[in-house]
Amino acid sequence: MAITAEYLGMSLQIDDLDHENLDYFRHCADHAFHLQRCDDCALLRYPPTTACPWCASPRATWAPVEGKGAVHSYTEVHHAIQPQFKPFTPYLVLLVDLDTQNGAPSPHEALRVVGNLVTPDGRLAPPEAVGRVGIGTRVRMVFADVAAGIALPQWTVEEGAAQPARVWRYPGVGG
Amino acid sequence: MPLPADTDATTPKYLRDKYAIVGVGETPYTRGSGMTTRAMGTTAVRRAILDAGLKPGDVDGMLSYQSGDSTFAPMIAGDLGIRLNFYMDVFGGGSSTEALIGIAIGVIEAGMCKTVAIFRSMNGYSQVRIGGTGVRSSPPVVGDMLHSRAYGWQSAGQSFAPTFMRHMHDYGTTPEQVAMVKVVHSEHASNNPKALYKKRYTVEDVLSSRFICKPLHLLDCCVETDNATAIVVTSAERARDLRHTPALIRGVAGRVNKPRLDMHYQHGPISTVAGHYAKDILWPNAGVGPEDVDVTGAYDAFTFTTLLQLEDYGFCKKGEGGEYVSSGITRLGGRRPSNTSGGHLCEGYTHGMNMVIENVRQLRHDVDDSCPVGPDGKRVHTYDYREGGCRQVRNAEVSANLGWAMPGTGSAMVMRRG
Repeated sequence: MAITAEYLGMSLQIDDLDHENLDYFRHCADHAFHLQRCDDCALLRYPPTTACPWCASPRATWAPVEGKGAVHSYTEVHHAIQPQFKPFTPYLVLLVDLDTQNGAPSPHEALRVVGNLVTPDGRLAPPEAVGRVGIGTRVRMVFADVAAGIALPQWTVEEGAAQPARVWRYPGVGG
Repeated sequence: MPLPADTDATTPKYLRDKYAIVGVGETPYTRGSGMTTRAMGTTAVRRAILDAGLKPGDVDGMLSYQSGDSTFAPMIAGDLGIRLNFYMDVFGGGSSTEALIGIAIGVIEAGMCKTVAIFRSMNGYSQVRIGGTGVRSSPPVVGDMLHSRAYGWQSAGQSFAPTFMRHMHDYGTTPEQVAMVKVVHSEHASNNPKALYKKRYTVEDVLSSRFICKPLHLLDCCVETDNATAIVVTSAERARDLRHTPALIRGVAGRVNKPRLDMHYQHGPISTVAGHYAKDILWPNAGVGPEDVDVTGAYDAFTFTTLLQLEDYGFCKKGEGGEYVSSGITRLGGRRPSNTSGGHLCEGYTHGMNMVIENVRQLRHDVDDSCPVGPDGKRVHTYDYREGGCRQVRNAEVSANLGWAMPGTGSAMVMRRG
């Protein structure tokens, strides 16, 4: 069934024909991150697709995947484009390498999952938290609940994890 | 009947120098054109046709690109009384220019038409803002867009930034090196009477301008502009009878991709861009290499995009783009000036067209700077590159345009003086 929901004042919509996205976000709504695993070559893929990017097989099965990884790159947005994000600047958009399937099937590939830096309960992180995260930071997935059938996967700093001695951040004052 | 064995007409080599850009046209680079995209497009196409020394009726093909923000070829053709034998209006932004030039060659070669006008018309400031604010900022977030826009990850700057950051991380590229792209392009713009921004900027100016999204300061970003631009492509044979020295097309690479274009960040290194793949089409097609090029136009939607492309097309070693753009090589008077009109960062944002137009003029040895005009109507270039002076590259014979849609898609073209 189609979804129309509101998140931070934005209208989020999934058409009833869009089975891949409906399935993806339904698992997120259950707080159980799943990705499609190809029935033929067994590789996981992100974001949802209709066929396997490596072997073109149309057959896949949703599989649970651990929501843990490290920041591969990021941007820190100071000038929001979407009006709904203006109250939250500066906010981080993180590109996170999942631990699962990292470096496969080729050394520079990974499941790189997008999300904002959020607090453990899923709210966009305050400026003091934004200033501490960079390339290499260990993060874990949490979910921002939106409506029945949809939650957004998000990232928060993995408490208790061994963090790198130094993460890479944009150099200079306030880097 | 057997075909001649020594001529394989399908090879790119066979098409080298067989087609040319013979006319270029623009409307003013401005904020607040006060004109529709149709009125601007008609003006630019008419100017390009007249610049070539052609009449509107000599054009029988038309191509344009846009993102739901412009008029269509039939309107422009109608305004100019042109009956078309071929036209297409395609969806696309940056990197469409070189790709459409390749398509123009293809349709002429196929006998579908003889002379093609290509245009891009947009009120990128006063109507549909290229930076993504205004009408583009808050439509519903639907389907696949949930993996980007729902995270406040939408504009070009926001979308490309992970590539830029990772390049700094991987290669130690510094903000000061990157800022030099703006410095150099602004120097060039100061010698371009048409440029929207003619002011010369310093590294300090760039780094002290406010952050848009790290690593991009305001002055790392191009300028939203209203304008239309047009070029005319025809055969080299026809070009011989026309008004200007033709810019012969040596080779084209069109909208070449990195893997996984649905979300290219899945396939690293993410600090490598589509030029890495496009270069292996461009240089063999053109029969030249980076060392043979006298002037470049490297798409500067952002300072970083120029740097990344020059690097991945092989103008320097991988990872040394920061050094290349801050070495003086790309300055007027340097070994290989880049973006001599001031480009998107200063002259105006055109989705790539103005950098092709500039290189056509460079190859004619007739850029429209402030140098005095001689009795034959051509400028007498001084090669004095101080502010307000000349911007003609001395003895420019070969140019390269490197077009960018995003880190995962790029186009390119090599031209030579005919």
